[in-house]
Amino acid sequence: MISRGPKQSRRHFLASASALPILAFAGHAQARSISGRLPWEAFAGEPPKPVNPMGWYFFTPGEAATIEAMVDRLIPADHLSVGGKDAGCAIFIDRQLAGSYGKASRLYMKGPFAKGLPTQGYQGDLTPAGRYRDGLRALDEYLHANGGKSFVQLTVTEQDEILESLESGKVALTLADGQGARGFFNLVLENTMEGFFADPLYGGNKGLAGWKLVGFPGARYDYRDHVDKHNVPYPLGPVSIYGET
Amino acid sequence: MAKILPRKDVVIMGLGWTGAILAQELTDAGLNVVAIERGPWRDTATDFNIGYMPDELRFAVRKELFLSPVQEAMTMRNSTSQMALPMRDYGSFLPGNGVGGAGVHWNGFVWRYFPSDFALKTQLTKRYGARRLSELQLEDWGLAYDEFEHCFDQFEYLTGTSGKAGNLNGQVIEGGNVFEGARNRDYPNPPLKMPYTSALFIEAAKNMGLHPFPAPAANLSKPYVNPLGVSMGQCTYCGYCERFGCANYSKATPQTTILPVLMKKKNFEARTESEVLKINLHPDGRTAKSVTYLDRAGQEFEQPGDIILLCGYGLMNVRMMLLSGIGHPYDPASGEGAVGRNYCYQTQGAGARLIFEGKHFNPFIGTGALSATIDDFNGDAFDHSKLDFVGGAGISCGSSNGRPIGYHPTPQGTPRWGSKWKKAVAETYQNTLGIGAQGSSYPVRGNYLDLDPTYKDRFGRPLLRVTFDFPDNDLRMANYMSDQLAKIGRSMNPKELTVSHAGKGWNSVPYQTTHNTGGAPMGANPKTSAVNRYLQSWDVSNLFVLGASAFQNNAGKNPTGTVGALAYWTAEAIRDRYLKQPGALVQT
Repeated sequence: MISRGPKQSRRHFLASASALPILAFAGHAQARSISGRLPWEAFAGEPPKPVNPMGWYFFTPGEAATIEAMVDRLIPADHLSVGGKDAGCAIFIDRQLAGSYGKASRLYMKGPFAKGLPTQGYQGDLTPAGRYRDGLRALDEYLHANGGKSFVQLTVTEQDEILESLESGKVALTLADGQGARGFFNLVLENTMEGFFADPLYGGNKGLAGWKLVGFPGARYDYRDHVDKHNVPYPLGPVSIYGET
Repeated sequence: MAKILPRKDVVIMGLGWTGAILAQELTDAGLNVVAIERGPWRDTATDFNIGYMPDELRFAVRKELFLSPVQEAMTMRNSTSQMALPMRDYGSFLPGNGVGGAGVHWNGFVWRYFPSDFALKTQLTKRYGARRLSELQLEDWGLAYDEFEHCFDQFEYLTGTSGKAGNLNGQVIEGGNVFEGARNRDYPNPPLKMPYTSALFIEAAKNMGLHPFPAPAANLSKPYVNPLGVSMGQCTYCGYCERFGCANYSKATPQTTILPVLMKKKNFEARTESEVLKINLHPDGRTAKSVTYLDRAGQEFEQPGDIILLCGYGLMNVRMMLLSGIGHPYDPASGEGAVGRNYCYQTQGAGARLIFEGKHFNPFIGTGALSATIDDFNGDAFDHSKLDFVGGAGISCGSSNGRPIGYHPTPQGTPRWGSKWKKAVAETYQNTLGIGAQGSSYPVRGNYLDLDPTYKDRFGRPLLRVTFDFPDNDLRMANYMSDQLAKIGRSMNPKELTVSHAGKGWNSVPYQTTHNTGGAPMGANPKTSAVNRYLQSWDVSNLFVLGASAFQNNAGKNPTGTVGALAYWTAEAIRDRYLKQPGALVQT
């Protein structure tokens, strides 16, 4: 009969797979054999743990300040919602970079690394965490050489101009991943949007700001009563996995 | 040294849809069956827990249930003149992982391909002449729809498919798919309730003289008990279907339809977190002896068996044949060889997006397969004699989800960030309707699968190399579909209509569809097929290769219905023919 093994097994696997996945399980020498029953066990699930919102896990204080300023321009505070900073987008990115995503633990990261075609996707040897570290360094150097102010010292209009020129590739940053300023901008924008719209347990979407902006009800999970009420607004507001409304 | 285990009657690689169906049928026939599955055990109560399944980031964006490239990646290129590089993350398609396979996280469309799709070469040659097909590498499947119609029926009743018949024993029924092949009986469950998007599309299509119908969905419109006695729940239109496990027991998966019965059998055993490395042949090279696999501790085992079934995702089946030296690898220069041949995908580039004002589409109310479809322009349902292509597309409009990381549309010309973006996204989310064309994909000489010469997996084995681009025929087809979408879209009077077009250069990054077909195609001729009409290897007679790898061409429909039907067809052939007289079921 099988045992599911310690609860951390699959997470642990994901985290360690890029190293030596086979040896990571030296303690579990048996293949799991299941026969004669459904191998259901109580408490074997893996509920997500809400992030601790205090402090920075990945960013240095300087990097954190820059990212907070960036997400606050990508999603500015206005009458529609709070800005990206107050919505927790920088905390979200920090926690993602400190975890499995930042380490690229799911990805194929073996060489040789060659410059690919656009249809072949990202071919750099840097992880997302490495790309942030390198991108923020390069942005800092660029600003230092062009006016000397750091990103947070710029006015919001100047910040928007910098972001626009990163987006269009007008600013040439020297980046180790070979993706240029555009690649770095796209990465930050993608992660900011993830944070704004993901369940708040990951640190972003604070107060369900992203979901309220568009009218997404979150984890309601049952719309049988409403599917054929055509063109009628859905009456309930959003709810998160941990019950925040 | 591999530890040699006691012999089994049947050894299965992969416990997804085809592995579960074959295991269920062959244990019923009294055989001892073991399934060796690379990924973890998964069940609804534990792994698809209703408390935390609605988590877009974890399951849809970070792809927790999918095969990760660190476990097995593939390389890709658009043509033989390019150097293939690894897809460092899966994007364009997302193979499954673990018990249930891709059957866990699919949307649930259960189509029957048209009868003509199985004999495309014969059908199109007869209708339009061989000259029209010169750029394609078409081949009949060696199996006619009528011969295995009952197998489609078996899969529909296993999965509790919700739909409406359009052709019952030759009698055409309005409101169903009037273009479908004749079926012996109706679907086991009535169609799902149509959302507002689909209702508008149905009205527009009818006004144009087209034939809309509710797409057949393995998202259940009613509670249901399937022929194995397994109970399923009613779908709640929760909007967390594709990329997620279903917490309601209302999307058909191996977990919700077969495993509760199969797992209790004494003559079945599943070994999870165990990865098959290769199939070992007897010295004569004509029969398989065993499979070699590693368990999660890295210990190597050899599992002998009388019958070996490759039931992985189609692409993995092809790779396993190539790694094991089974069959003749396909060579695009000569057009010879069968393993890796006729790899096809799905032509997805044609789409229409309509933005209205003052609507409430409630896009978050959806199921994986909740849509209305027209097949008026699919396959060979329409006359191509005056057109410059063959093939077609299913055109659909529905609501699968409104999860906002992946879905936050804005009008054309909107910036991607800032206050203007916020205003636009807030106004547009409730006002957008999409119409998609899922196009056929036909084989050409240069699209194929083989082993990569450079990149290796974590055990040092070569990765699979995918060489693919959209054939010109298929792009002309897709452009024709864009024109049809524009006509339908305009008739619905949106504030903004955007019509997209397919183009050259298959891009492996943005998600398109996990409908990879071919590579071990079935047929009547061993020169142009890797398996015979029973999905039995021409070269190794106790090896059967299940799944969409057997398709000679892909239709403008989701493949799982046909994959399921072929699995029942193979199970029947093994039970009724092979066991009585082991050996080649078709003589060459």
